[in-house]
Amino acid sequence: MLGSGIVKGFVETARNFVGSFHDPGRLVTIEYPDERQELPENSRNFPMLVYDGDDRMKGLRCVACKICEKECPPQCIYIEVERDARGKALKHPRIFDLDISVCMSCQICVEVCPFDAIKMDTAFELSTDNRFGGLLLNKHQLAKPNSYYRAIHPLEAAEVDERLAAEQARAAAKAKAAAAKAPAPAAANAVAT
Amino acid sequence: MFELFDQLFVNLKHAVVGALPEGWQVLASPLISAAAILGVFASLFALTVLVERKGLGRIQNRPGPNRVGPAGLLQPLADFIKALTKEDIVPVSADKVLHFLAPVVMLAPVLLAYAVLPFGRNMVAVDFDAGLLFFFAAGACVELAVFMAGWSSHNKFSLLGAMRAIAQMISYELPLILATLGVVMLVGSLSLVDIVASQAGHHWGWLARWWVFTPWGLAAFVIFLIAATAESNRAPFDLPEGEAELVAGHLVEYSGFKYAIFFIAEYLGLFAVSALAITLFLGGWHAPVAALDWLPSWFWFGAKLAGFIVFFIWVRGTLPRVRVDHLMGFAWKFLLPLVLWNLVVAAVWWYSRGWAFAGAGILRWVGCAAMILIPYSLLGRALYTRHGLGPRTYRLAA
Ligand code: SF4
Ligand code: SF4
Repeated sequence: MLGSGIVKGFVETARNFVGSFHDPGRLVTIEYPDERQELPENSRNFPMLVYDGDDRMKGLRCVACKICEKECPPQCIYIEVERDARGKALKHPRIFDLDISVCMSCQICVEVCPFDAIKMDTAFELSTDNRFGGLLLNKHQLAKPNSYYRAIHPLEAAEVDERLAAEQARAAAKAKAAAAKAPAPAAANAVAT
Repeated sequence: MFELFDQLFVNLKHAVVGALPEGWQVLASPLISAAAILGVFASLFALTVLVERKGLGRIQNRPGPNRVGPAGLLQPLADFIKALTKEDIVPVSADKVLHFLAPVVMLAPVLLAYAVLPFGRNMVAVDFDAGLLFFFAAGACVELAVFMAGWSSHNKFSLLGAMRAIAQMISYELPLILATLGVVMLVGSLSLVDIVASQAGHHWGWLARWWVFTPWGLAAFVIFLIAATAESNRAPFDLPEGEAELVAGHLVEYSGFKYAIFFIAEYLGLFAVSALAITLFLGGWHAPVAALDWLPSWFWFGAKLAGFIVFFIWVRGTLPRVRVDHLMGFAWKFLLPLVLWNLVVAAVWWYSRGWAFAGAGILRWVGCAAMILIPYSLLGRALYTRHGLGPRTYRLAA
């Protein structure tokens, strides 16, 4: 009969109303500032610079190769290489600025970095009252310890750590082999001169 | 004791008026009534907004406002301060005078309508002989205000919203008024106090003699409720401000406190029309069963009004907005024939009151109920299948 659908609708909304009081599965709202949702492994926001060890600046993995700077589509990265007194480039950024008001979180910088130095951060509470300086992050603000990286992206970080360790082991083995062989070429050199 | 509580507010007013000097009493009496009505219903409005937001939230499985004060109880206060401090913008091309007057014209008649409503035993501001007529006359001014708001804003959305509002309100005013006529016919009076008095007494010694317990009364009550929802622009009949197509209808160009006044007037209109439904069909301030007569009359009125408010919130949370052509078709093709037929049924009910044979009461009830239900389902089916009120089937061009 005409109107039976309306009655069904009323029953449904009443069920929702009553259910929201005793069935926690229904009330899905997470009241954000008080409660927080665990961010999923693949969540990402803006890039950060990973450092190893305790020194934020010395431990930076970044070698200032500027690949990310060139690849970044909106060009929000600005890098200057550190130079020593004689003007020789040290493998270290003097300036590493990232404008998060421009960054579009595309992760391309992360993909292209050959040194696993830049990774995506998950921090999203970045609001500031200064829209110019406040959104331009320098290398001190961007530097995050590897332990933090492990905490926010456990799977990805484990894979990176493994690879870096393997690379280091290989480099160490090579260095050792080189060291073992080193005297001979040195002697040969000496003979030649 | 009962007498004390029941007449508490009446006696209070008499005491205050009596304490004033002779010349002032004439002036003070209506002023006190007006102030009481304004105070009570304005705070009821604040409460309703909170309950509505919370209730709708729960219906949609969210907690609703819960930030301001304990459990969000101070939310109305925050809303009030916000409305007061917002900038009042008047469009450059608007008709300034009308734009300013529209909210006032909206609120004033709604408040006037409260004058004739009996809120409890002896609790009526003015006992008009033609109270019902006055109520509808005052209520009709709302249409004028809505159109003033739409026209003066000089905005096409406003104007379209206002035109819709006029069409809707005039269409639904007919079933609204015709639904009340059955009661007027049987009571033989337009005075709301008399109508409440006519519902005193009890069936079989316990069930109140409300008009809603008669078949025609029930039908008229349901039609009245539907029409009242449309009259007060509540969902599912809130087409004049259908956000999806008209932004906010006649309210587009209003901001700040003027907007709040429209909002208040809409809710006060809803309370007024609910109060009228209570008065006409639900026995006014009478208790539903004899055993509960010991509670004060104003308590019963308030309880029923609260029930109505909850019901209207429930409706808003349940039914989606109807389409414009459905809206008009529903009023003219469905409600109007039914409500006219309902008057005939009410007449049959009146002329069969003298029946005295065995089973006459049941026969009278069932007979009248059938007289309503059969046309209802026939008309419903015919409109549903043939006249475009049912679901639409779309055929794509071959
Ligand atoms: S973050 Fe990586 S790609 Fe960018 S400059 Fe440093 S090392 Fe090169
Ligand atoms: S995430 Fe994309 S936009 Fe942001 S810095 Fe990296 S490359 Fe540039």
